[in-house]
Amino acid sequence: MSDLITATAVELSAAMAAGETTSAEITRAHLDRIAAVDGDLHAYLHVNADEALAAAADVDARRAAGRELPELAGVPIAVKDSIVTENQVTTCGSRMLEGWVPPYDATVVAKLRAAGLPILGKTNMDEFAMGSSTEFSAFGPTRNPWDRDRIPGGSGGGSAAAVAAYAAPLALGSDTGGSIRQPASVTGTIGVKPTYGSVSRYGLIAMASSLDQVGPCSRTVTDAALLHDLIAGHDPRDSTSLPDAPHAYATAARAGANGDLSGVCVGIVRELAGAGYAPDVQARFEESVALMEDAGAHVVEVACPSFEAALAAYYLIMPSEASSNLAKFDGMRFGLRVEPAEGPVTAERVMAATRGAGFGPEVKRRIVLGTYALSAGYYDAYYGSAQRVRTLVQRDLDAAFGRVDVIVSPTNPTTAFRFGEKVDDPMAMYLNDIATIPANLAGVPALSLPNGRDSDGLPTGFQLIGPARGETNLYTYAAALEARLAGAWGGTPLLTHVPMNSMNPTNPMDPMNTEANR
Amino acid sequence: MPTINPDEVARLADLARIDLTQDETARLAAELDVIVAAVATVSEAVSGDVPATSHPLPLSNVFRDDVVGPTLDPEVVLAQAPAAAEGRFAVPQILGEDA
Repeated sequence: MSDLITATAVELSAAMAAGETTSAEITRAHLDRIAAVDGDLHAYLHVNADEALAAAADVDARRAAGRELPELAGVPIAVKDSIVTENQVTTCGSRMLEGWVPPYDATVVAKLRAAGLPILGKTNMDEFAMGSSTEFSAFGPTRNPWDRDRIPGGSGGGSAAAVAAYAAPLALGSDTGGSIRQPASVTGTIGVKPTYGSVSRYGLIAMASSLDQVGPCSRTVTDAALLHDLIAGHDPRDSTSLPDAPHAYATAARAGANGDLSGVCVGIVRELAGAGYAPDVQARFEESVALMEDAGAHVVEVACPSFEAALAAYYLIMPSEASSNLAKFDGMRFGLRVEPAEGPVTAERVMAATRGAGFGPEVKRRIVLGTYALSAGYYDAYYGSAQRVRTLVQRDLDAAFGRVDVIVSPTNPTTAFRFGEKVDDPMAMYLNDIATIPANLAGVPALSLPNGRDSDGLPTGFQLIGPARGETNLYTYAAALEARLAGAWGGTPLLTHVPMNSMNPTNPMDPMNTEANR
Repeated sequence: MPTINPDEVARLADLARIDLTQDETARLAAELDVIVAAVATVSEAVSGDVPATSHPLPLSNVFRDDVVGPTLDPEVVLAQAPAAAEGRFAVPQILGEDA
């Protein structure tokens, strides 16, 4: 097989099964790719070359011995640094955990290892998953492969950029208010937030426990579905884990790839359009809706009036939960410990000094905001009201799904913005999540897929939202739209059009440095 | 509408056990004032008898059987601690200087 780094996970799997290549070759090719581009991209915080190659050799040996293997066995993967990995540094993008080596694997990581996916490394992220741009990583930002002066989205910008730049065929992310889907949207990749509770959170460093969810990042819908099949399922170590339910997301995606949406009723959310949405984003969205109609879908408008308050509710609930979850970073049992410069060295003063030195500006901002929202006198007006808005969001979605099979919107109001553009304006940054947040508040699944480019050539994203446990249909519909979009683009995924700022302009073998891609 | 001033930020930071510099306190006061004004609209968005939802799933306590199982290796855990002694986490004095 000639092109190991631009192939999809499905193609890599088939090539290994046919004996055309090995996991060792594929893994080495991706490690070489990381070495070539990541100095510029900074998608990875840690690269685990030796362990990845050992895992690849192990799966190759099992295949050679005739063992039956999962479909993704041997396909390498990148893991967001908010997900703990035994014997591999996990920092969550924070100085607070710099150098920390977890003593256990997250359940999703254990599943990857058991299925034989070599873990290439840990990807960059906004500190403790707080941000929409990966500018708040304590270890420096990740660049967007489409334009290195622009953000790759956040908080999972590292995972999305790694997949977009062919530095990993697959990645795991975590999504609290859009941190898988928004980076997918601005990097031209696929990102999925599963139904809350359907993928274990055991070993995910919690930001806001009622909102966080682990999910897949990929370059095609079927690749995402395959990875999702692998990580989903009940986990007795996660008390919020749903009981096991049969699922076959990859089968659903493959069924959808025929591009037929006959009989599907699609709802356009009235409140996720108009002012604030860039004209090109809106235009690409409307073109995609037209493609769904061409595929046989019936399109109607749905009203979700509570969505207008969802952003405010989210920015009360999320920091409130974060202020509680991050209390564990106190300099006592793991991570950083800083002693006060003056005065007595008591536990309380060490905690304050450690947290003052170890947390970055966005984390401090959200902890203080959460402390305010939960404090006496404000609790009912802020936190209590936010939780009631959450009820309204769930009711609006329930009513909508009584009429339609799937809800669609642009994933983000804009394409990737430039570094620094919103870093001093927190509300402008927070507004970027306006279309992704409702799914987290309600716990329903949502998927972003690339649906075109703006006038600057930057990717736009299209979001599909389904009812709880509705991933199967979501994958079918997304694959159908993906097939229609690929037809409109000339039969190739959007990422093969990555045209801008080749990541390695001196290398004529770079797949993003071909004549067709310039 | 309450306003967030540096004294309030200092009080909240003390509650949250985070040392802030004077510059950080001043900057946070300005930023939080804008954020709180924006999110305060949440109280106007809901009226009537709407119950609060704290979680997407109904939650109940989950208990495992009380049987002995494998635990993490204490040496591995303590190796990641800022300080350890005699097989335990070593922490600063718990009580203040007046104790």
